[in-house]
Amino acid sequence: MKYRNRRRKTKFFIPVRYIFIVLAVVCFAGAFLSLTFNLKGGPINTIAEGIFVPMQKGINGIGTYINNKSDHFQTLSQVQEENKKQQDKINALMTENSTLKLEQYELDNLRKLYELDQKYPSYKKVGARVIAKDAGNWFSTFVIDKGKNDGIKVDMNVIAGGGLVGIVTHVGKSSATVRAIIDDKNNVSAMLLSTSDNCMIEGNLKTLTEKQAIEFSILKDEKNMAAVGDQVVTSQISDKYLQGILIGYISSITKDTNNLTKRGTITPVVDFEHLEEVLVILQKKEIE
Amino acid sequence: MRRKIVMFLLISICYLLQITVFKSLAFVSVSPNLLIILVSSIGFMRGRKEGLLVGFVSGFMVDMFFGGFIGLNALFYMTIGYLNGFFQKQFFKDDIKLPMALILGSDFLFNILIYVTYFLLRGRFQFGFYLVNIIIPELIYTLAISILLYYIILKINRKLEAVEKKGAVKFGKIKEDL
Repeated sequence: MKYRNRRRKTKFFIPVRYIFIVLAVVCFAGAFLSLTFNLKGGPINTIAEGIFVPMQKGINGIGTYINNKSDHFQTLSQVQEENKKQQDKINALMTENSTLKLEQYELDNLRKLYELDQKYPSYKKVGARVIAKDAGNWFSTFVIDKGKNDGIKVDMNVIAGGGLVGIVTHVGKSSATVRAIIDDKNNVSAMLLSTSDNCMIEGNLKTLTEKQAIEFSILKDEKNMAAVGDQVVTSQISDKYLQGILIGYISSITKDTNNLTKRGTITPVVDFEHLEEVLVILQKKEIE
Repeated sequence: MRRKIVMFLLISICYLLQITVFKSLAFVSVSPNLLIILVSSIGFMRGRKEGLLVGFVSGFMVDMFFGGFIGLNALFYMTIGYLNGFFQKQFFKDDIKLPMALILGSDFLFNILIYVTYFLLRGRFQFGFYLVNIIIPELIYTLAISILLYYIILKINRKLEAVEKKGAVKFGKIKEDL
């Protein structure tokens, strides 16, 4: 037995460095394939999603779960209350009060979303919850709990709290990854509402940590009208972002050394630190 | 098989905690990297091969939901697991200095790799800024968490090894020493 085991081992023993090389090649091949064919995982992704999205939702939904349980408890207590008519009114009021308090926070959030919904009424939208954020500290991407089954597609715009949040970069069955406009890799073609001049907005980790702002550049402002506090919205020439969604307000502006264009920073209207609910616009910008 | 299942569970738990709970516990918008702690510890506790595989799986999971494309995170985590495996001979269970230094070094290396591939190559040259504002806060936070997490991983590993030893005696197997 011992002898056979040892023989087998020598026969199938692969040095670790070969495994390393093979897996490294797999990684490179994966990167290459996903870059050229825009793939992302395929079946493996679906499996991973099946396992992890429920768990992400679970961990994030502990609060909601407790809330629901307390609701169940309420109905139970109401049945019992029929016997004790004396306490009925007090109990009902007490539970109502506590539920209201519990739901107050959520209500505020949803009300804000509703206001936003009214602001951009022409688009069909779906609400979603943020269930996970990027594993590192370098990027601003996050996962929402709605996916292909809810009609979400890649390149759909995401809004919240009065303005543009980002764009859907990857869609799974019941989840989607969103890249925020403050992400270092993100660019948005934008327009000043006051002068209709176009500019380019790019996320920048440095300006974000220093000033809580994102950068804009190549703003042609020949009449010198642009000023701090001007509203910036998505422009009509962008091929991915729908026109006229509010991004933020200019917080600083300087002239480039070429004397033709201007650059500066924009403070986004969305509070990215405390993003919990977002709206996904179910309409992609058509490109002819 | 038992070890594989336990490892997968460990990776899943660290991954889920990292992208949900610890994101809401972020200090100055920086959160710790639990997967690096796990990959690095498995690397120097169990050797190159297991570090390599655990790193690959963890990186792959990060790639599934985040990152620009598949493979890069897997490659980074894998390399870190592999490199940590070289320190297996120097590793003693009662000594805390080497594990902490290795975890710190791993996290630093990982962040440097991310900086070089995603930032430096796109013309973001202010390394000093990123070092002070992103890398060092993450290192400190990760180190603080690793003191706790390291002991948990150590305990799990010890238990697994004890169980495996028992099984090996029972079935007359030779214990694999990788």
